[in-house]
Amino acid sequence: MIPAATPLLSVQGLKVHYAVRQGWRGKHFAVRAVDGVDLTLRAGECLGLVGESGCGKSSIAQALLGLVPATAGVIRLDGHEITGAAQVSAMALARSAQMVFQDPMSSLNPRQTIREILSAPLRLHGMTDRAEREARVAEMLGLVGMSPEVASRYPHEFSGGQRQRLCIARALILRPKLVICDEPVSALDVSIRAQIINLLLDLKDKLGLALLLISHDLGVVEHMSDRIAVMYLGRIVEEGGWREIFTAPSHPYTRALISAIPDPLHRDRVPARLGGEIPSPMAPPEGCAFNPRCPQALPQCQSGQVPDFTRLGADHQARCHLLKTGTSHA
Amino acid sequence: MTKAVLDVRNLAISLSDGAVRVPAVEGVDFTINRGEVFGLVGESGCGKSLCALALAGLLKAPMAVSGGQILLEGRDLAPLPPREMRRLRGDKVSMIFQEPMTALNPLMTVGDQIGEMFVLHRGLTPRAARLKAIEALEQVQVSSPERRINAYPHQLSGGMRQRVMIAIALACDPALLIADEPTTALDVTIQAEIVELVLELCRAKGTAVMMISHDLGLVARVCNRVAVMYAGQIVEQRSAEEIFTAPAHPYTRGLINALPRLGRRLERGQERLTEIGGVVPAIRDFPQGCRFAPRCTRATAECRAAPVAMTDLNEGGRVRCLHHV
Amino acid sequence: MKAGANLYVGGGIILLIFLLAVFAPLIAPYDPVTSANLMYAEEPPGAQFWLGTDEQGRDIFSRIAYGARISLFIGLAVQVMNTAIGVSLGLSAGYIGGWWDEIVQGLTNLMLSIPTIVFALALMAILGPGLPSLLIALGMTDWAYSCRISRAQVLTQKSLNYVQSARTMGFGPLHVMFRELLPNISGPLIVVATMGVGSAIMAEASLSFLGLGVVPPNPSWGGMLSSAREQLMVAPWVAVFPGLALFAAVLGFNLLGDGLRDLLDPHGKGRK
Repeated sequence: MIPAATPLLSVQGLKVHYAVRQGWRGKHFAVRAVDGVDLTLRAGECLGLVGESGCGKSSIAQALLGLVPATAGVIRLDGHEITGAAQVSAMALARSAQMVFQDPMSSLNPRQTIREILSAPLRLHGMTDRAEREARVAEMLGLVGMSPEVASRYPHEFSGGQRQRLCIARALILRPKLVICDEPVSALDVSIRAQIINLLLDLKDKLGLALLLISHDLGVVEHMSDRIAVMYLGRIVEEGGWREIFTAPSHPYTRALISAIPDPLHRDRVPARLGGEIPSPMAPPEGCAFNPRCPQALPQCQSGQVPDFTRLGADHQARCHLLKTGTSHA
Repeated sequence: MTKAVLDVRNLAISLSDGAVRVPAVEGVDFTINRGEVFGLVGESGCGKSLCALALAGLLKAPMAVSGGQILLEGRDLAPLPPREMRRLRGDKVSMIFQEPMTALNPLMTVGDQIGEMFVLHRGLTPRAARLKAIEALEQVQVSSPERRINAYPHQLSGGMRQRVMIAIALACDPALLIADEPTTALDVTIQAEIVELVLELCRAKGTAVMMISHDLGLVARVCNRVAVMYAGQIVEQRSAEEIFTAPAHPYTRGLINALPRLGRRLERGQERLTEIGGVVPAIRDFPQGCRFAPRCTRATAECRAAPVAMTDLNEGGRVRCLHHV
Repeated sequence: MKAGANLYVGGGIILLIFLLAVFAPLIAPYDPVTSANLMYAEEPPGAQFWLGTDEQGRDIFSRIAYGARISLFIGLAVQVMNTAIGVSLGLSAGYIGGWWDEIVQGLTNLMLSIPTIVFALALMAILGPGLPSLLIALGMTDWAYSCRISRAQVLTQKSLNYVQSARTMGFGPLHVMFRELLPNISGPLIVVATMGVGSAIMAEASLSFLGLGVVPPNPSWGGMLSSAREQLMVAPWVAVFPGLALFAAVLGFNLLGDGLRDLLDPHGKGRK
């Protein structure tokens, strides 16, 4: 198969811009949802993609799945190129990458039985033998901890947690190598979340799946991820191994995100106040996009180019001017 | 006991379905003192939001209060007619909701919506109310309030709208503020700011706060006392420090262990999360005995036989469990 | 009104007309065309001619029974055509969006701004009278409502994850539109289509009344009304009974549509 050195997924300079028209026949604005993102993900690895609403994390997922066109950049998945002239077909892409959505209620077609939902993709992808399809459906249901008898039921007969299991079964039915999980547990009841998190981690180990975990819940991200990328306004501001990110967060935004999580064991610890609002990706601030909210912003942060990555370790880097001055002093 | 702002005694809420009354919430007892922050935690469908709506007199058919007392500063709200309740709402009891966009009137400027409270409850003239509204916006740390007062809700960001909601809720210095998942719809960094803002303002005004959330971590961090609800009943009521460090009820314990809490992996590695098996029962399927028994690993025949009462814990607090830790 | 009453009353009326149409040869005491006999012209309703006879002595009841066949056939066929056009356009406009959506929307607005009957008249004038041209004229002019409704429904549904999910599986737009989306938007479309049958029957009657529809002497309710014009003062039954039949059919389809709306409305489910 692919040599170990080649990552399963590699994203280089990905840009996803949307044209938005203001008013009727108004001016066109470009929303820079994703503005130059590099990512790599190895087989069997979980990459946590963290950020707040509008940071572009969902646009990355959509670009990876071919649901929106990339404005620029190269995405290579499992040896295929998703972007550019040599684009792989939607069918081949479907067999490489699948998605689990946040809201399991709207993710299953209410007018189809579980059997229809799970076996239609198999038929589309050339599995003509009915018995073979049935076997695969039963296998996948077993994999997510559901009995094969549920296949004849409709989605509304299941609870939220069970539906999320069914969504995972559907995502796995074509045996993809990458599964993108967009907030996979945040719509579920707290007591159900553990079941789904455990299931995803089990499947990752058992099938050697690569997971791209998109979430704003740092507790879940810390628990599940091997590596973490923090996004702010269309760019990655810090990335590294999970241990580095949580023990030595280096970008002020990463630090703010972590300190914003209420810590019940340290009741006296007051979260850092960022102030200000998340800017619109239609009009990103000049310089470092985080500068209007950054408690440590320097004059050079407020103009010019976005700061480059500063390497902080073997697999840890962040985009911040403070780190550059820090290293020059050291 | 004049200190208690709110004293809820044996509150019951039922769903009437034709002639049948199905109990949705039962035997809820708690008090909130002046300046105290009280947390009500539970999963969707546990009845926490029903309790909040009952306190604000906002329950809608087929749900209705079917028993117990809601004493606000000594006065029972449960039997009050809607007219009376309307006078109290916004004045003595206020509420902030999860989604500020749907709670604000999209056709009124935020200034008018805040000012309305002063006109309605304090009898101020519109002109005076406008000045008070600017003051209220300033209190919730909205920059340039003189300008923002003319904005419509859709022109504001989610965090800004929630600030406006808080300004409206606290305009008349209520005795009790009910905050129903006030930050769930907001971004992480904004969430922390909004929670701190509410707590600061209420501390300064001496307002009692009832914070409703599914997030045990948040509640345990910001509240003084916490009650955990499951299937229409309070199952554990403790001080906030204890509920997180030494939970007594198996459900509370399960919730805490089921959460991938920040820092846990650094301490203990990537261990499997403890799952709570099964699902939350629906209102019509509440079990006979202890309602958590079907999902509980400690349950015995005794648990399933008859309803379990709240008992006092030696270290303070109360729990509804025969085999508590 | 009690929930369900519309459904049963409407359904009952339609069923009666349907039975009348299907079993017309068994029910009708006379032939609707060849029984012309001036001996019996303009007989009032009675034992021999239940609903009287027209100016040529043909039995009105028999002609209404045979006319029901034409009315129902045209109503249903026309509505099938309209719905197929409207749903295809609305579904694709809502799902694909962009310039195609703008074209479809412009076309829809154009159709809505010209009264259907005027449009159909113009088409009939070009195509000439007769059943095939009637089907074309009516079947291609009244699709604007089903188009609008399916477009609006698609806009709310297409952002739901099951649609996204089907796309990530590699399914093409045709599958997504007709296999995933269509079953989920069919409720309101059935309501509109049912009510549309009533208006199609009315439109057919109007065109036949103007002499552009079904060619005499074939019986049609509109044609019967038209030829009854001159006898209105002397033999009112010649006009009254076809008029009543028309009224009942249109009312029936509208009630049925209303009843179906109550039945299919997702918001109504909780109240029951």
